[in-house]
Amino acid sequence: MIPGRAALAAFIAFLLAAPWLLTSFQVTLLDYIGLATLVSLGLVLLTGVAGVMSFGQQVFTGLAAYCTAVLTTRYGMSPWLTLPLGLALVAATALFLGAITLRLSGHYLPLATIAWGIGIYFVFGNLDLLGRHTGVPDIPALSVLGWKLDTGRRIYWLIWALALLALLAARNLLDSRAGRAIRALRFRSVMAESFGVDTASLKTVVFLYAALLAGLSGWLYAHFLRFVSPGAFNVNAGIDYLFMAVVGGAGQVWGAVIGASVLTLLREWLKELLPALIGYTANYDTVVFGALMLLLLQRARNGLAPAVARRLIAAPRGCAREPAAALARRGQPRAGERLLELRSAGKRFGGLVAVRELSFSVASGEILGLIGPNGAGKSTVFNLVTGVLRADDGEILFRGDAIGRLAASEIARRGICRTFQQVNLVGSMSVLENAALGAHLRGRHGTLGAMLRADRAEEAQLLQEAARQIERVGLAAHASDPASSLPLGQQRLLEIARALCADPVLLLLDEPAAGLRYAEKQALAQLLRGLRAEGISILLVEHDMEFVMGLVDRTVVMDFGEKLAEGLPREIQSDPAVLEAYLGGLE
Amino acid sequence: MSFDISLWLLQDGVTNGSIYALLALALLLVFAVTRTIFVPQGEFISYAALSLALLQAGRLPGVVYVLLGGGLAAAALELAQALRARRWRHLPRRLALYLLLPGAIAALAWWAAPRKPDLAEQVLLVLALVTPLGPILYRIAYQPLAGASILVLFIVSMAAHYVLSGLGLVFFGGEGLRSRPFADAHFRLGVLDVSAQSLWVVAASLAIMLVLWLFFSRSLYGKALRATAVNRIGARLVGVRPELAGSLSFAIAAFIGALSGVLISPVTTIYYDTGFLIALKGFVGAILGGMGSYPLAVLGSLGVGMLESFSSFWSSAFKETIVFTAIIPVLLWRSLTTRQVEDEEE
Repeated sequence: MIPGRAALAAFIAFLLAAPWLLTSFQVTLLDYIGLATLVSLGLVLLTGVAGVMSFGQQVFTGLAAYCTAVLTTRYGMSPWLTLPLGLALVAATALFLGAITLRLSGHYLPLATIAWGIGIYFVFGNLDLLGRHTGVPDIPALSVLGWKLDTGRRIYWLIWALALLALLAARNLLDSRAGRAIRALRFRSVMAESFGVDTASLKTVVFLYAALLAGLSGWLYAHFLRFVSPGAFNVNAGIDYLFMAVVGGAGQVWGAVIGASVLTLLREWLKELLPALIGYTANYDTVVFGALMLLLLQRARNGLAPAVARRLIAAPRGCAREPAAALARRGQPRAGERLLELRSAGKRFGGLVAVRELSFSVASGEILGLIGPNGAGKSTVFNLVTGVLRADDGEILFRGDAIGRLAASEIARRGICRTFQQVNLVGSMSVLENAALGAHLRGRHGTLGAMLRADRAEEAQLLQEAARQIERVGLAAHASDPASSLPLGQQRLLEIARALCADPVLLLLDEPAAGLRYAEKQALAQLLRGLRAEGISILLVEHDMEFVMGLVDRTVVMDFGEKLAEGLPREIQSDPAVLEAYLGGLE
Repeated sequence: MSFDISLWLLQDGVTNGSIYALLALALLLVFAVTRTIFVPQGEFISYAALSLALLQAGRLPGVVYVLLGGGLAAAALELAQALRARRWRHLPRRLALYLLLPGAIAALAWWAAPRKPDLAEQVLLVLALVTPLGPILYRIAYQPLAGASILVLFIVSMAAHYVLSGLGLVFFGGEGLRSRPFADAHFRLGVLDVSAQSLWVVAASLAIMLVLWLFFSRSLYGKALRATAVNRIGARLVGVRPELAGSLSFAIAAFIGALSGVLISPVTTIYYDTGFLIALKGFVGAILGGMGSYPLAVLGSLGVGMLESFSSFWSSAFKETIVFTAIIPVLLWRSLTTRQVEDEEE
């Protein structure tokens, strides 16, 4: 995934040597690449990793650029003062725009970003204060400790120092507690919520980070070019940035550099080549860019970075490191306490009644089997209890508190953890990282701590806990494999390991034995008995009757959303109503 | 603002708004059937408007080269696909669609352009030149990625927008053109001075909406498209090929785009990239209507037209800014009422 140390060292060596080896023009190109890298890095995180698509990053670039342009030329302010001011303006704008769009489904955000990109472009072009369409000239150069950064060669050092810092910070972020949660945002936000991730605010944080990187790039741009005009911040600039992230490989931090380099160099090359080839200048570059994007999307949707990364020695991410102190565990309730209680719970989907008047309870320290034919409403019950769905009628109590209205993450915080019937793993993350996601609520370091690597002690604890639970379900040998490489049965076991990482009070298992072989089922039953002995209570949905009846303390049978029977496994097996439901009656 | 002026602005708003409404309908249709946010619709508007102006000047519009080149590329893809699968049954018909049809239309345009045909013939020729670009674009850019997520399809749209707007610049150049009005007449309705051009636009929009309604409620193909919009897999199981549905919806969208271009070209000067903004206003209208309901999209688009005409009176420099930020309150409202956590499909 990450280029090995050797590749990183070679890259830094190239950057160090470049100003001495290349012409001024080539160094200026590298400056442009560095500026674009900052913006597209934000998009790699935002779009590639978190799945939030923006065609409007040039808005933030433009705001910061114009902010410093006006304040330095008109009011003689120091550029070092306009940097925090510009970033504050960008942050405020991003928070506002994020608040109104990040909750909406996928296609709204890109459309909205295009819309406000156009809106702000006309503001830049029509405000007298901003010099209308001619822009703001004579922006002062930056100076660091009396050293004036007034040429492309000099500002090069600042641009690339900042770009490298941003790249390392982003890499650190992805390899952390917050990073695992971010990587689950795109395809697995329901699952992430079930393990206590506040997906809405996490998306906002990533959006903010991407906006700040774009703002930083805009501030640098203004003092590098010493001139700003609206043309640099039109809609096409925003589209170019997104294309860079896609070309590089959205999802790979180093893809930002690759994408920014490929598009910047390609455009320059086309500018020279095409007129020579065709004989006259026309803007063929957008045609070529568009066609290349189409080809890339059809042939290599993951971009160029994976192909590059494969040639380098990939450092396995998220390996268990030196032994760390075990994470603190919560106290389990005393045995026999009424843990979970459903009182006449009901759920309708339009005209379909999925759950009707359902009441049952789970006592602490027991394994309760919830069985019933397909479509009986068992998974809906799980979704109601874990806050994925909201009940229309009735009450759901956990340790005496009503939880029916709480958010999924708050329910997870109280100790209800689940596995999913449709396996819900982040396929590109390792088995170990997937399990560690379950321990999300047992850590506290956020994105900033992760970027600065202040989280390492806690991270070691989390990964150690994940390694322990993986070993417990028998997947230790696969810890560093991508989760998507496991067969389905083992993916279900990984789901259990992830739930155990959360230190649950009540474990909800949705068909954990499906896809397992006989010996594996016996091992699973053994594991669940062990958990019960530790005081963990389990609500189990399962179709394998032999497995259920040999394991559970009590059983609730559902049919057509209603409770059909409740009792000891032995009683259930001879209940005529149950036999009728399962076998269509014995005539 | 006097009463006369507000009536005049109102008329302007309704005229533009009905064009946005047509576009919004096409965009919603394409989104429902193929999950594509059809940004390149804008280029079809520009292509049609500029082609009409060029035909009026007796010149051959460059869009014929786009049509021929695109048809050639689509035919090559079909041929490659047939070679790979060793299935030849559909090939002749598809080659005819992508090679013969564009060839015939191009030849007709080449023959007719210097002869300065009358207005109705010009309009029909423009529609014939631009409409086949829809299925051709679908075949080249979208069909190979039909199963991809909404976000990937969105990037495809932006890439297609780049290609088509770049080609627009190549073949039409950077200057703007304006075609002659369909009719110069003005009527006085009380205090209101109604231009015949406005009536043309509104009447044509209403007629197209009626035709669309009949198509979707009465014809088999219309019902197949609706079925695909409701449930892609289900429609496929009962024999509606997704490629056909995609291709058909793109053809309808391109037709509507071309017609909008024809209608707007006497009203305002069109450049190769003007259509992009016009199509996006159709999106704004659709978003104002909630991105799901056709009647609300029409209302939303009329709202966009009004907002645009009144803001151009008060603050013409910030007209576009006002129109495009109008979606903010709608998004805000939707975000406050949506609470669900959803997963993107992989």
